[in-house]
Amino acid sequence: MSQHAPLTVANGRLVRPDGRIEKGALRAEGGFITAIGPDVCAEPGDTVYDARGLLIAPGLVDLGVFEIDKPAFHFGGITRAALMPDQPTPLDIPSRVRFAAQSGKPDFWVHPLGGATRGLAGESLAEIALMRDAGARAVATGRRWIGDSGTMLRLLQYAGMLGLPVITHAEDAGISGKAVATSGEMATRLGLPSAPAEAEALAIARDVALADLSGARIHLRNVTTRAGLDLVRAAKARGVKITAGVSPAYFMLSDLALANFRTFAHLSPPLRSEEDRKAVIAAIGDGTIDVIASGHDPRGAEDKRLPFADSAPGMAGAETLLPLTMNLVRDGVIPLERAFDLLCANPAKLLGVNAGRLEVGAEADIAVIDADRPWIVDSDKMAASAGNTPFDKQPVQGRVLALFKGGMTIKTKRVSPA
Amino acid sequence: MTAPEYIYPEGRAAFPHDGLVGIAGLAPHEIWFLLDEAQQWVELNRGAQKRRDMLSGLTIINAFFENSTRTLLSFEIAGKRLGADVVNMAVATSSVKKGETLIDTAMTLNAMRADAIVIRHSSSGAVQLIADKVDCPVLNAGDGQHEHPTQALLDALTIRHAKRAFNGLRVTICGDILHSRVARSNILCLTSLGADVRVCAPPALMPADIERMNVTVFHDFDAALAGADVVMMLRLQMERMEGQFIPSPREYRHLYGLSQERLQLAESNALVMHPGPMNRGIEIESNVADMIGRSQITTQVEMGVAMRMACLEVLTRKGRKMEGWA
Repeated sequence: MSQHAPLTVANGRLVRPDGRIEKGALRAEGGFITAIGPDVCAEPGDTVYDARGLLIAPGLVDLGVFEIDKPAFHFGGITRAALMPDQPTPLDIPSRVRFAAQSGKPDFWVHPLGGATRGLAGESLAEIALMRDAGARAVATGRRWIGDSGTMLRLLQYAGMLGLPVITHAEDAGISGKAVATSGEMATRLGLPSAPAEAEALAIARDVALADLSGARIHLRNVTTRAGLDLVRAAKARGVKITAGVSPAYFMLSDLALANFRTFAHLSPPLRSEEDRKAVIAAIGDGTIDVIASGHDPRGAEDKRLPFADSAPGMAGAETLLPLTMNLVRDGVIPLERAFDLLCANPAKLLGVNAGRLEVGAEADIAVIDADRPWIVDSDKMAASAGNTPFDKQPVQGRVLALFKGGMTIKTKRVSPA
Repeated sequence: MTAPEYIYPEGRAAFPHDGLVGIAGLAPHEIWFLLDEAQQWVELNRGAQKRRDMLSGLTIINAFFENSTRTLLSFEIAGKRLGADVVNMAVATSSVKKGETLIDTAMTLNAMRADAIVIRHSSSGAVQLIADKVDCPVLNAGDGQHEHPTQALLDALTIRHAKRAFNGLRVTICGDILHSRVARSNILCLTSLGADVRVCAPPALMPADIERMNVTVFHDFDAALAGADVVMMLRLQMERMEGQFIPSPREYRHLYGLSQERLQLAESNALVMHPGPMNRGIEIESNVADMIGRSQITTQVEMGVAMRMACLEVLTRKGRKMEGWA
């Protein structure tokens, strides 16, 4: 562990794992939290950060990003990210997984998701055990669905045996084909290749059945439709080991955002109807959705300044992950502490990492957050390597003022008063 | 039927748009204005002396990123008859094949100081993307499955010649609606002018929620034809007839081919239209396509030149500093 002074983050409101928000301080030594609570004080020699009454929360754990983009992650209070296997050379062999696992240190931890199949082609299984031992925290099917049910079953059985969750992309490829939009009035008016939203429910129905059969843990990275969420809800009630995630775009936007062929709104899965958007909000409220992740995928002009169907899907989401989730708190969908379950505790648990919650013994990944601080998203001034956000010029609230990774100071920037 | 009265203001207010990317966004009186403007060119084209010099000295670039014969030729003739210098950019030999991006190609055309650019591209939205980047008027000659506005305008002009009024006119559009930009532009144009538009296709070729565009959806061609004043047949792309969308061409013909017997279901003076090129014997029987007095297919081509002349002339008025338009 790095040799740096113990850290005390004092005078804040602690987000505790049991859901309490209490005034107090937190002390970290050797990279781990050693004391937390109302009575904790700094000791001589400590680096002390005065939180000035703001929230002291766990660093965000971003489950499923496409690029390691530290400035954006640090801006957004993200201290760990699970890296999708969809890289220029896919993370489907142990050496690439091992390299990726080291690539963020010391101030950021990358948890590689091993490619479930070779080349992510959905045909033959990758070396999952070797990738696990090289640092893969889970396996993922990537941007694609595994079309062959037999392959999917064998994958689930094998990954289940190895204790690794399988992170899937829920879109039936036979229906979605080359679609870049959800079928409906908007896609029809724009003349965009589209697929019915039911492509998601079909994929989930099959994967739930296979997960049930194999006993494996399955995580659906983005569940974005009412029908899909209903299936997840029912599966959970039956005791299937299933979890679901979503990105803020799907509870903030509907396919109306595609107007004028705005490629920053070209996402995968595509934006859905207003009805589905509302269903996502309800599912976050009732606990059907476990994880909110950014799906961070910065894309420059060469990928985005193209006709809509020719552009690459994806958005730079790391910086807006926290403030957009805070919208749900302000709107009364979820209480504040639950936001941090969705952003920190649940993804950390899924990845099996000792982080995502503030308790003695956990790694000292800490974000000091002003949950109410207003700012305006500006795609020209993003920390991310590209500014492809569909939320350009939108006012948001919630900003990370200080960030610590393993007790080490990453930033303590004082943001000028709004 | 009585003709609806569309009154439009003087000068640029009659058509306050910098280009023609789609019918969406045009007010009914603006469409009517373009139809009125086209009338003089219909008459000119029917005379022996077909050339004017209004656009003399102007450069019009036809940038067709997708193959076309009739639309390209129609735009070329339209520009030349108005006296413009018309240049056709053939994509097969252009730097587009060398990986140049669409925006870079657009910027290049812009730097060559074109006075109008006519674009066809295989991707929906591509024309808007270019229009946002260049200084001169951009005319959409078809973008993906989105819009083909001059086709809709020339179809409206054709109908106006034969029918005179759109209010309550029953127009049946049959064929591959899903992949058709002609259908979308025609739906927008005709509903905007007050026509009662029906669309007919098998479910796989019918886009979702199309009824939100104020059309009535049919899958049964005979029902869609009943009482129709205009029957517009769309071309079915051969590659879509190989089992993915349609079991076979003859099966398509069986359900959706326009024969003389079927045409009996429509009004006795119903017009038959087709944007071309036709698959004779598949979506339309030869004896229907060639029916004198009923088939408007060659008239559509004729109106196409006049309509495109009107669009080029109107859209370059600002650049030519015409009084009231500059």
